[in-house]
Order: sequence, then structure tokens, then C-alpha cells
Amino acid sequence: MTQDFRLAKGGRVDRDKPLRFLFDGVAYDGLAGDTLASALLANGIHLVARSFKYHRPRGIFGLGLEEPNALVETGIGAAVEPNARATAVELADGLIANSQNNWPSLRFDIGAASDLLSPLFSAGFYYKTFMGPAGAWKFYEWLIRRAAGVGRAPDLPDPDRYEHSYAHTDVLVIGAGPAGLSAALSAGRAGARVLLVDDQVEPGGQLLNTSYTVNGRPAIDWVAEATAELDRLPDARRFARTVAFGAYDHGYVACVERAVPVTQGHVRWRERIWHVRATEIVLAAGAIERPIIFDGNDRPGTMLASAARGYANRYGVASGRRAVVFANNDDAYRSALDLAEAGVEVAAIVDLRPDPSGTLPALAREKGIRVLSGHAVVGTRGRARLKAVEAAPIDDASRRQVIECDLLAVSGGWNPALHLYAHAGGKAAYAKALAAFVPGTPADRMSIVGSAAGEFTLARCLADGSRAGAEAARRAGFTASQPSLVLDADEPEADARIGPTVAPSRGGKRFVDLHNDVTEADLRLAVREGYRSVEHAKRYTTWGMGPDQGKTGNILGLSVLSDALGQEVPQVGTTTFRPPYHPVSFGALAGRDTGDLVVPLRKTPMDSWHEKQGALFEPVGQWRRAKAYPKPGESMHHAAEREVKAARESVGLFDASTLGKIDIRGPGAAALIDRVYCNAFASLKPGNARYGLMLGEDGMLKDDGVTARLGPDHFHMTTTTGGAASVYVWIEDWLQTEWLDLEVYLTSVTEQWAVATLSGPKARQVLGPLTDVDLAAGAFPFMAFREGRVAGLPARIFRVSFSGDLSYEINVPARHGLALWEALMESGRPHGITPYGTEALHILRAEKGYIVVGHETDGTITPYDLGYGAMVAKKKDYLGRRSLTRSGMTGPDRKHLVGLLTKDPARVLPMGAQIVERPSEVRPLPMIGHVTSSYMSPTMKRGIAMALVKNGRERMGQTVYLPMLDGPTVAAEIVSHVFYDPENQRRDG
Amino acid sequence: MLLIPCPYCGERAELEFRYGGEAHFRRPDNHLEASDESWANYLFMRKNPKGWHRERWMHIAGCKRWFYVVRHTVTHRIAAAYKVGDPWPDLPA
Ligand SMILES: [Zn+2]
Repeated sequence: MTQDFRLAKGGRVDRDKPLRFLFDGVAYDGLAGDTLASALLANGIHLVARSFKYHRPRGIFGLGLEEPNALVETGIGAAVEPNARATAVELADGLIANSQNNWPSLRFDIGAASDLLSPLFSAGFYYKTFMGPAGAWKFYEWLIRRAAGVGRAPDLPDPDRYEHSYAHTDVLVIGAGPAGLSAALSAGRAGARVLLVDDQVEPGGQLLNTSYTVNGRPAIDWVAEATAELDRLPDARRFARTVAFGAYDHGYVACVERAVPVTQGHVRWRERIWHVRATEIVLAAGAIERPIIFDGNDRPGTMLASAARGYANRYGVASGRRAVVFANNDDAYRSALDLAEAGVEVAAIVDLRPDPSGTLPALAREKGIRVLSGHAVVGTRGRARLKAVEAAPIDDASRRQVIECDLLAVSGGWNPALHLYAHAGGKAAYAKALAAFVPGTPADRMSIVGSAAGEFTLARCLADGSRAGAEAARRAGFTASQPSLVLDADEPEADARIGPTVAPSRGGKRFVDLHNDVTEADLRLAVREGYRSVEHAKRYTTWGMGPDQGKTGNILGLSVLSDALGQEVPQVGTTTFRPPYHPVSFGALAGRDTGDLVVPLRKTPMDSWHEKQGALFEPVGQWRRAKAYPKPGESMHHAAEREVKAARESVGLFDASTLGKIDIRGPGAAALIDRVYCNAFASLKPGNARYGLMLGEDGMLKDDGVTARLGPDHFHMTTTTGGAASVYVWIEDWLQTEWLDLEVYLTSVTEQWAVATLSGPKARQVLGPLTDVDLAAGAFPFMAFREGRVAGLPARIFRVSFSGDLSYEINVPARHGLALWEALMESGRPHGITPYGTEALHILRAEKGYIVVGHETDGTITPYDLGYGAMVAKKKDYLGRRSLTRSGMTGPDRKHLVGLLTKDPARVLPMGAQIVERPSEVRPLPMIGHVTSSYMSPTMKRGIAMALVKNGRERMGQTVYLPMLDGPTVAAEIVSHVFYDPENQRRDG
Repeated sequence: MLLIPCPYCGERAELEFRYGGEAHFRRPDNHLEASDESWANYLFMRKNPKGWHRERWMHIAGCKRWFYVVRHTVTHRIAAAYKVGDPWPDLPA
């Protein structure tokens, strides 16, 4: 298709590089340098979208990130990106774009019927449906979710890659317009590291869209020179296509960079998040032109005057043949003059002000443009495209005239883009003369310059930017030695006066927030219904809550509220800008942290062996541990049962490498150990180990584990797999901040040691042939520790048991873990050695009544609750001791660890099941405890459970009840929690 | 994300640190004889001020040292960082 609206000359597009693209299945041509929006406009396409709620036809309205209407879907299949702003999509050859939120087609959309039903969809409609008859909400929700909407997310995994990078800089400049560019240059000249980020493809900001001059030459030439000089500075960097979307604490600014589009194959990365840390920030984010509220202000063909000017100057595109400019300020005349210069017929400038009389209106009149002062646009005609506007004097709607046109360029003044300033903690102030918010209180490490600061003349942008850049460099520790830029920007002087932003109403639809379809009437209704706070009115109507985030609709809404409430704008207040400034994809935020990379997977040195055996794994913290080793055709439960039997009857082998391990040395080590465990440790002799209970200062069990004394001043502490890091930090805390009298050094050695646990009556026969350590029960008793060699490897052997049977925990340096494991398997073959996983481990320990921190404890359980009172030291001091005598720590309300045997031995209680005394009472039943661990015990040949029950030790032999979600209540008897070998006769083999 | 000046390593990003709550709350002297009230106060009561706050941080992904920071809980400004045993810097006005 031909580009009928492409101007014969001008613009920064490359006329030698035509690009072909598809929109809604139709092929069009554009040029390199176009956005999707400018290319569509070059082909005369305005209608590109249906609105969110009413499905009204909508056209391209803006020029960049502020676009509220033209949300499209780009790409196909898994690479679909919904809700891309056509004004920010860089055109590439082969680009595929589609309109969204319409069915069956953009021109004929059935959903537009909701426009006719719009009285139903008034402010707060969503909330009002909650109040209707029961069940109505279900219907309304279905209706709303179908009718209201934007794009659809693809349901396939994203094939593209996203990255995160870090950048550190002395001065970060946000925005490469005249203010930002001169700030970057003067900071760079002072020697500071400078980073200049800008969302556009090339620097220049508004100078790309306008026809200003600098030093008598086109301003864009100055942009090229300044950029070239900046690029020569060794410590200056520029990121194009990069949106600074959030300003956080201490100079931290998050940016997202999009890749240069490619048409063949894949980009290396599609989007990249930059985590920028800056000593100083210069915010030169520019300003966003404000629309005006008038009847029919959403007709396709209506756009911001600055956008129409930008399409002509930057892209060489006429957004229409015959334009009307609707204005309340002088800058709109620049747009009108540029449009006229580009060859667009400007039928009239409709100015809300009674007497536009400055230089710019005079210039317009000189060019023969008709100026209707004191007039307003009071209606628009056409459906899918503007055909004419109706204009009338503000005070006399009857003297209406119809002006034929296909473009209505609207200018209601400019809003400084203060979003990042607000993120950084700045509080804006209302400038009545500008009818806009400008920077008020200072923001941390941030200076605001140019039109972002409400300075709208080019000369001020250049001069202030240059000064701010030098000052930022000075605050970052650099001396500006070069004189700042001296530039002469000649421009016709503009009259600063701004007229009203609301035109008289004749009862038509008047949109405040184009994106969310919020009208002036919605806001007024919200006020009538009592939503007088600006934040409440916002949420009730959804004004400013969509992707627009108040970029175009903020001040308009505030002026409506101001009028409805009879308060000045500063009294109405303003809503809070929060990050992100511009929508950021989940892909970019996730970066490489997807799939296997979400959390680093920790594997033990023997992991490859487990995998080869077809082990079932389970995650434990960041570790993956073998849960069971099922044989072909075997279920996990059958495998665990077989593994338990082997460990009880002959011998099993378990990978315990994930246990937390802390090496503790120093003259104060023994004293430290004695203070952190509540049971006695001072008497522990080198060569021996002891099970220890660690309490928090609140007296509750925090962690447990076996600690061995390797030498007088040297200990090897083990912790639970999940508690390793927190125990380490906790002990360091006491050493560093309270116990300065102790000289002790802690080293986390969890990953330095591989641990294989041999368990079962045949354990001694398996280990014996491999080691020089005397394993005789007398020579190496229970809870002893020996150093020696196992399979030729240097080893530490602990005679501890977590099953109740004879066990050896063999530690070797991690790199030998697999060799140790294979040697033990080989040596155990004649005895039928069986590897067992964590499921069997849990059954074995539950049979023996051993606790697991986190199962039998939950941060509210003391050693007395667990029945470990005899272990608790009486004489020494230890962490948590004072708390054990607080009121409430003893008495009949405490829960005790007990065992439960169901009346039906085949029954296995669900873990977490609640326990009651009398199931027939009126509900809710008082709950007296819960099941903490529960298994089918292969050894006891019945279901066993451990539970915490109120005053449980006094209830031995009582029957309690467990109501089930999915069946009849289960009865169980309270018994000791030690089911297997209560006399400890098995541990010596 | 805060930029925290570790007194041993210099300024590092917040994600290298672990927060430890209010600083300088005192474990009662002769704590085994402490009253229930003063012990409960030590265990559970913290200041949570709106304004300047002395707090504990550990440089877990760096030197693993605990130290103190004076931070404003509204603006997040950090006025000082100091080591265990250092004199306490004054709170800014
Ligand atoms: Zn450090």
C-alpha cells in the first residue's frame, strides 16, 4: 500500500530503506526510522484500537510512552507481546502487529454494544455488582472479564531471553533532550562518570519533534555535535531505547533497555534491566502534553498537538490533510505553524483564551491561519474517523459552526514528567500559572531540570541543564573546569498564560482517562456518591489506574474534582506516582531467573550416583535429596518400606551430606558451645560427641544436632539441613556483639564434607574391612568420634544414630564423597546393603521417636514440652534459660510430645490433623493438639504418629479423636512417642 | 534498594546484608534474676520509630561482621555506620 500521508520531504526516516509490515493481516510499507504508529499514520490509518470498557473506536493519540489508546499486540505465537504502544514500537521489516480487544474485527466490534449500555457501566459499576442479588456477581464477572480488557498473554513459554546488568555512575542523567544532553555534557566535561539514558532510538528529546534552532542552526545539528562530544569522553556512556522506570533509595534507578529489533532469527536478549547506582541523578524527563476535556474528545483523528507536530517533523508524516488546532496556550501555535509548514491545511485554531495576542498568535495570523479566540470545540463528528468539529464561543453554544477536518490537534498545556521525582520522595507543588505540578520539596540525590522542572523555553532548558550537570559533578566530587555551554536558542517568545482545560459541555461523552474509559461524568458521580478524597475517587472510577498512570489524564481529573468539590487543585491533592513509570514485562523482571535458574540447586557429591539409580528426589531447602530408590515397578511407599526393613534387619546407606556443619575453634570454643546449647557440654571430652538442643532467647527450641569435640579448642557442630545458615548467623551475632570475652572462630563447612551414614545391625561388618579404626563396641562406643581412614580416604567417623540401630556417620572431604559411597556399597554387597532415602530416614526416626525440628517443633515448643526436661542443665547459664521460668512455660496448658496409635492399625493419620477430646460436642470443637509426624511403620507393622497434645503426658492411655475432612472421625490412643526399642538395646548392633 | 556503608568493606547494595532489628537494646544485667516484666521487655519490645533509628546489620555476603547503622525510617537516609564498641554517633537533628 502506498504511503499517501508521507510528506514529500523532511523527517529523520530513511527514505532509501522501505520496510514492509502487517497490521491486522494487511501489508503496509513504512520507512526505517518509523515507529509502528508513524508508519500507520503514513498510510492514513488512525483507527487502531477499541477502548477498554466501551469498545469505542480509538486512534493514535500521542507520540511516545504517553500513548493511552494505541495498544497493540506484536509478534506471533509464543513471542506475542500484548499491550505494546504502537507509538513506542520500532518498525522493523516483517513486523506483525494486530489490534486487540475487538471481535470479530476492529471496524465492526460487537463489544461496542457496551457503549450503548454505558449508563450501566458507570463509576463504581464493578463494586455495585457486589451488592446485587446473590449469584449476580458471577454473571457480571463473566460479562466484565469478557467485555473489558486489553491484550491477551500468550499461553506458550516465552522463547526469548532477558538479562539483568548493573551500572555504577557518578552522574545519571535521565532524558536526552536539550536539558539532559547539556547536563550530561557538562558533567562529563568535569570528569565525572556519566550515564545518559533515554527511551528513544536517538538523542534529542523534543528537538527531534520540533523546529527550534540553536546558534542559528537547526537544533538537531547541535544535538549531533553534543552527542559526538559526549561519545568521545572516556567515562561517558549512553543507553538508547532505555526507559528509567523507577527511582528507589540511595541513587538506585531501575531501567529497562529493549533490543534493536531484528527481522531474521532471534535477538540475543530481548529486554535488559539495568540496575543503576548513581551518586547524583539529573532528571530531565521532559513534559507530557495535556489534552482538553470536551465532548467527543476520543474520536479517531484526535491527537495531541505535540504528537501531530512530531509526526510531521520527525517522521515526515501528515496526520491529516486538514487540521483544526484546539488550544489553551501559545505552544499550540508552534504546532499549528509546523503543521502548516509541512503542508497540512490548518483550517482554524480554536483558542479557549479570550485574547491570544502574543508573538506566536500573530505569526499564525500572518500565515493566514484563522484564530477563533474565546472559542471551544463543543463536539466532533464521524465514527471511525473524524470528519468535522463543532466550534462555538465559550459563552454562546448556539453560535455553533461546523469545521470540516480530518485531524484535531489538541493542546491543553504541558505536565512536567515528575514520576521519578515522586518515586525518589519528592513532593510536587501546584503551579497555577502553568496549571501543572512542578517540583516542590527536594528529592534525595536528584536535581530536576528543563521542562520536567516546568521550564519550557529552549534557552532555559539548555542553560539549566548545563548548570545542573556541572553541579551534580561537583557534588559527586569533581570540579567543573570547563566553562559551561553558551548557547543561543532563538525562538519566538511564548505567552505563558494557560487557559482552562475544560470546554463547555453539551452532554456528550467527555473522557478524562482515555485508557480506562473514565469520563468527567464518572468523576462527578463519584463525588456525589461521597468519594471526596482524591485517592478514593481514583480507585472508585479507576481514573489513572490503567497503563496511562495519569500521564495524560492526571491534571484533567484533578480539575474536574476541583470543580465538583469547590476546592482549589492543591486542596484536592494529588494521587501518588509509584513505579513503574512505564509497564515492564515480567520477562524482563525475571531476567535469567527462570526454570532451573530460579534458585541454585544444591547437589551432594553423591548426587550423580542417586540419579543413576533412578532415585526420586525431593527439595529440602535449596538441596535436592534422594527421597527413595524405587526399583522398576515399585512405588515410593513400597521402596521406602523395603529400605526401612533393610536398615533394621541388615544394613542401609544414607547420604547425609546436606547436614549443616560449622567448624568452631579458639580458646573460647568450649565456653561458647556450653552457652549455646541448653544441655551440659563442658564435660564433653575430646573424641566424644553429644546431641545438643539449641534454644532461642525466648526458650523455644531453635535447632538441634550432634556436636563433637575434636580437640580441647576444636569442635565440629552439626545443624539441621534447613537451619545451617541461621544458626551460623545467630552464633556470630552473640560472639560479635555480646560475648566479646570469647575468642572463637566459626567456619561454615557444610559443603566441605560429604557424609555417608551406615545404619543397621551389619554396619560394623561393612565398615570393618575398609578402615583402620577399631570398631569394637568397647573401643568405639556410642556417641564417640574417631579419625582414621575409610577406603583409603581421610575420614571422621561419628557413632551416632538417628534410627536407633547401630550407625556410623562417615565424613570425608567432599571431593571423595562418591568414592566413599561406592566403596561402602561394594563392601556391603554380601550383606545386601540398601541405599535409603529421606522417606525411609523419617520412618526410621519416627519409629524411634526422634524429633525433627520443624515437624515436632514450630517455634512455640520448649525442651520440657518434648519430654527432654532431664537433658536441660540445671547449673549452667545458656541462651533461653531465663525464658524457661516465665509464666506460661509450664503447667497443664503446655502441649507435650506424645505418640498416637489409631484403633485401626492400618490407618495412617494425615500430618497436621487436629485432635479433639469429644467429637460429638457442638462445633467448633476445642482442639487440644495436632499430628506432627505420621507413617505406616514397616517395623511395627501398623500406622504410628507423633503428636503435640495439651497436657499429653498426663493423658497416657486416653482415647482422643481426629475429625477428618473426607470421612468419619478417627479414634486413637495416646502412647509414648518411642515406638521402637525403648530400652536402647539395638544401638550397639 | 539501600546502599549500606559497611564499616569494614565500604558501600555495598542491601542484598548483601541481613537485617538485625533495633540496636543497643540491652540484655538485663543478672538476667537470670530479671523480673518477668524486664525480661519480656527485652524479648519482645522494640522501638519502631518514625524517624532516626539505630539498627543492626550483618554483611552476610561480605565480611560477615555485625555492625550498626543510623537510618531514617521514612527517608531511608543513612547518617552513620559504626562498629561494635565504637562510640555512638549522634542522631542528626
Ligand atoms: Zn563488610
